[in-house]
Amino acid sequence: MEERYINAKGLQCPGPIMKLFQEIKTMATGEKVKIEASDFGFSKDVEAWCKKTGNKLLSLEQSDNVITAIVEKA
Amino acid sequence: MSKKTMIVFSGDLDKAMAAFIIANGAASMGDEVTMFFTFWGLNILRKAQKVRVQKSMIEKMFGWMMPRGPEKLKLSKMNMGGIGSYMMRSIMKQKNVYSLNELMESAQAMGVKLIACTMSMDIMGIKKEELIDGIDYAGVATYLAHADEGNVNLFI
Repeated sequence: MEERYINAKGLQCPGPIMKLFQEIKTMATGEKVKIEASDFGFSKDVEAWCKKTGNKLLSLEQSDNVITAIVEKA
Repeated sequence: MSKKTMIVFSGDLDKAMAAFIIANGAASMGDEVTMFFTFWGLNILRKAQKVRVQKSMIEKMFGWMMPRGPEKLKLSKMNMGGIGSYMMRSIMKQKNVYSLNELMESAQAMGVKLIACTMSMDIMGIKKEELIDGIDYAGVATYLAHADEGNVNLFI
């Protein structure tokens, strides 16, 4: 299955998690999505979002001004 | 799924923004959200355009003095006769922060329930026709029933 991609760079809170939520709704269990965001609060937020919604955070990286997370739909 | 409730008492721009950011965030976490608008908070729900309705003199005066909708709200601090609010709006736009209007639209699209307090409407002479579409009208019992089901309740 191809990994989906969300460009949330430039979006402010709560933009990135809103995008993620909307995308995940259209995905099937086991499908993955990669999201990139520039809001540096997103790093903690995506962890909290995954914990709360039960989706799996496969990776979380921060480089320069971009936070990249890969989430698997549970 | 859990549930969040908010009482939006304030009609200040900054507080309304905070309320709707929380509402959008909660809805994006899969929560049900109910917002109960009372007193000055009702102004957030007013339509931007003037609506012709029957009103008493005092009701008309209230209507003139209070902001009509999200575009007209003022900051709770540093408003400086509107300069502060203008500056805040332009900085937010420049930094790509959602406007209050956009936050309200997306909240409604995500199923956030907006409830206008009918007692406040009566006191301030605000009629249904003057408020945006897609909202409910109720009193304190409805709000409390929602709050009972929730695990977070905020007064803003």
